Amino acid sequence: MTLTESECEYIKNELGREPNSLEYGMLDIMFSEHCSYKSSRPILKLFPTDGERVILGPGDDAGLVEITDELALAIGIESHNHPSAIEPYGGAGTGIGGIIRDILSMGAMPIALLDSLRFGYLEDQRSRYLFEYVVKGISDYGNRVGIPTVGGEVEFDDNFKLNPLVNVMCAGIVRKNDIVRSIAPNLGDVFVLMGGRTGRDGIHGVTFASEELTTGSEIEDRPAVQIGDPFTKKMVLEATLEVLDKIEVVGLKDLGGGGLTCCISEMAAKSGNGAIVELTKIPLREEGMTPYEIMLSESQERMVFVINPDDVDDIMEIFKKYDLPAAVIGKVTDTENLVVERYGEVLAEVPTELLSDPPVVYREAQKPVENGDYMELKHIKPEKALLKLLSSENIASKEWVYRQYDHEVQIRNVIKPGDDAAVLRIDEGKAVALTVDCNSAHTKLDPYNGGAGAVSEAIRNVVSMGAEPICIVDCLNFGNPEKPQVFWQFRECVQGMADVAKSFPVPVVSGNVSFYNETEGVTVNPSPVVGVAGIMDMENIKTSGFKNEGDKIIALGKTYHELDGSEYHKAIHGVIQGTPPKVRIEDELKVAKTILDLIKDDKNKDITGVHDCSTGGLGVAIAEMAISGDMGAIIDLKMVPKEDENMVTTEILFSESHGRYVITVRNKSVQDILNKIKVPAAIIGEVGGDRLIFQPSVNIGVQKLKESYYGVIEKFMA
Amino acid sequence: MRVGIIRFPGSNCDRDVFHALKIAGGEPAYVWWDQKDLSAFDAIVMPGGFSYGDYLRAGAIAAITPVINGIKEVVSEETPVLGICNGAQILAEVGLVPGVFTVNSNAKFICKWTDLKVKTKRTPFTSMYKKNEVIKMPIAHAEGRYYCEDIEKLHDQDQIVLKFEEENPNGSMEAITGVCDETGLVCAVMPHPERASETILGSKDGLKFFKGIINY
Repeated sequence: MTLTESECEYIKNELGREPNSLEYGMLDIMFSEHCSYKSSRPILKLFPTDGERVILGPGDDAGLVEITDELALAIGIESHNHPSAIEPYGGAGTGIGGIIRDILSMGAMPIALLDSLRFGYLEDQRSRYLFEYVVKGISDYGNRVGIPTVGGEVEFDDNFKLNPLVNVMCAGIVRKNDIVRSIAPNLGDVFVLMGGRTGRDGIHGVTFASEELTTGSEIEDRPAVQIGDPFTKKMVLEATLEVLDKIEVVGLKDLGGGGLTCCISEMAAKSGNGAIVELTKIPLREEGMTPYEIMLSESQERMVFVINPDDVDDIMEIFKKYDLPAAVIGKVTDTENLVVERYGEVLAEVPTELLSDPPVVYREAQKPVENGDYMELKHIKPEKALLKLLSSENIASKEWVYRQYDHEVQIRNVIKPGDDAAVLRIDEGKAVALTVDCNSAHTKLDPYNGGAGAVSEAIRNVVSMGAEPICIVDCLNFGNPEKPQVFWQFRECVQGMADVAKSFPVPVVSGNVSFYNETEGVTVNPSPVVGVAGIMDMENIKTSGFKNEGDKIIALGKTYHELDGSEYHKAIHGVIQGTPPKVRIEDELKVAKTILDLIKDDKNKDITGVHDCSTGGLGVAIAEMAISGDMGAIIDLKMVPKEDENMVTTEILFSESHGRYVITVRNKSVQDILNKIKVPAAIIGEVGGDRLIFQPSVNIGVQKLKESYYGVIEKFMA
Repeated sequence: MRVGIIRFPGSNCDRDVFHALKIAGGEPAYVWWDQKDLSAFDAIVMPGGFSYGDYLRAGAIAAITPVINGIKEVVSEETPVLGICNGAQILAEVGLVPGVFTVNSNAKFICKWTDLKVKTKRTPFTSMYKKNEVIKMPIAHAEGRYYCEDIEKLHDQDQIVLKFEEENPNGSMEAITGVCDETGLVCAVMPHPERASETILGSKDGLKFFKGIINY
């Protein structure tokens, strides 16, 4: 049990008595960090959550934003870090299963998955094992359910070696009139539990997610890892869609962390009601399960429908068609208590409010003492550095990963994996751009700018495709929040994210916090994973690759003396040190708006390519454009807009300053376009030939760039 | 032209095929796996996916469902049947086309756009292509490596429908990735024509598969 002494006192006061052991178990799970967000809630209030398009902000299974007059986008993100560290294949699969159910719970058809993954370097055998099986778990699960995995990111760093991060984002679409919520407003309505049978797996999954891992975890905690079944999930998905189509569903919620206890108490509490659950009605997978096990089980692939009793026969008919176990397990009452009964005997009776709204814990935050060491680095030749960066695991092509994912199913994927963001068509005219991003090295050095940078970078990804960002989801992966230094990182990071989100503004509509990412004394780099969705006219879609010989290349946004925290430092010199790039929020905003205005105004299709600068800086960004377009360019580095003239080539090429984009434009219109740009910008070169030349110091054949960029991960995984 | 789209538990390209058939000008309708009488349809498409989770072996369980009897019946009445991806695996499993589609040579799922050569015009689905025309369609499967014991017979009877051009991503025998029965009316292809039926998706080279049905 993880309840603290003061929490036990609080519970006794509220109940007016000592809870029995079943009640303790239910409260323990609901008071866990994972279910209650008791540490993070006060900090998460910093996020802007309102906006013109927002239909539903944080607090439900997923966020909802308007995308067209008729349709809304349901969007959410979830972590499955601890289970994936213990059992990578099953852990990753159930992570996907969970977020798919969250989207389905809003009444939405899931249309896209994106994964954000973090592992130790691939030289390490165990990291290769975790990487291989997490990707296989995602592939086998996502592909089977028929939801395309359209994008994502992978970062490698030593500190993720024992505690990998597996975050999954899912988006779905729903007609605005058909949105459902996880509520139980009508007295007498019944709860229908449908899907997988309830078994002994995943018991205390959430309390296990709210503790640090140890080397014994792999053996001891296996029972806490849920077992996924994508085929049953596919049936649950199809049956739910058919029910939503044919029956008036009052409330809908999936069973995830906290099992039945969490699902029923949260639905009832949201409507200020109570509920009765009769244990003997629940379809079980094994005999002899105790009430405690039934109420806490996190068995996968289960949904609860709240419907009028008159609709029970019709709903059962649909579940029968899909061969899914289902039963009426209880009903909505006016007692404000969750009552658990067995053959009518009351086994537990706890106020739904007490379960679903545990008291906040105000954690201490303290800035860590800075290690003053700073290693002076000797720059290597830029040409050599560029090739080395392109073949670093963090930058090299992730083809090995996305080839294993079906990204085409549902025939919406207009821009395939490998560009800045995925683009999915919504209807004849509109498309949605989706991305997920984070730079944990920056965040480690400076949580405020790391958080602000993650939001900025994700927004840039979407803007580069020509889409206007409409919402943010976040998955915040940190260490133990009981440590003041970790909590300080968390608070700073959220503040940075919130400041950028407010300035745009782009509302945060859903999210997830994963604390306790520590194993054997190693705390992961703080990793604020940010997902952004953008909306665009189909005709405005831009891609990054070079298109035509003779196109002019324009760089927008200034490059600063900001090599610290860069992939150049990491991959070439093996250090993460100093002061990482700063987010200049005003500038970031202005450049993004400039790009969007240019694209909206681009009737004649004079803008032929757009790419943003991120990991690896300007040099890598332009190399990626050359690789993608299979075409070279000549660039004059003197022309790049920069902080001052005392900048060495290495800084211009590899500094990871924010707020920068590179665009290519048709030669005939270059002056017109330049005239429209009111932010620091300059023509820096021209597309053409089969070599990438950065005058005066880099001259590499595009073929050689490709050889460095492709096949890197394949070599490790062979 | 009424086209039945067979739905098994776990099919996941059913809606996509429906969409492509509409664009091609057909009248698609879904058929659940327990239906035996398919006589109302002028053609049948078995879409991709993971019927019954593909847990035993791709297509193995779907192959013993009632709808398969319905398919065998309409095949004897010369109704064209197209199996795509999992649909192709099922047609091979029940022996309506020769050979098998087994685990990819790299033992991984592969999702990728591929160049393909149309090897015969004799099936209704390929009747609108030119022989040896090179077209672009994506593949997405873990079990698509084609193998056939009597490959000579396939050559002799003009039963090879599609071949990978240049790269052979899954290690198929002679890069074959689409075959038909002796009549040419039952056709099994691993690539997804429905995913290549609109320019915005990357190519509309696959649309002629469905137009071919409508024109049959």
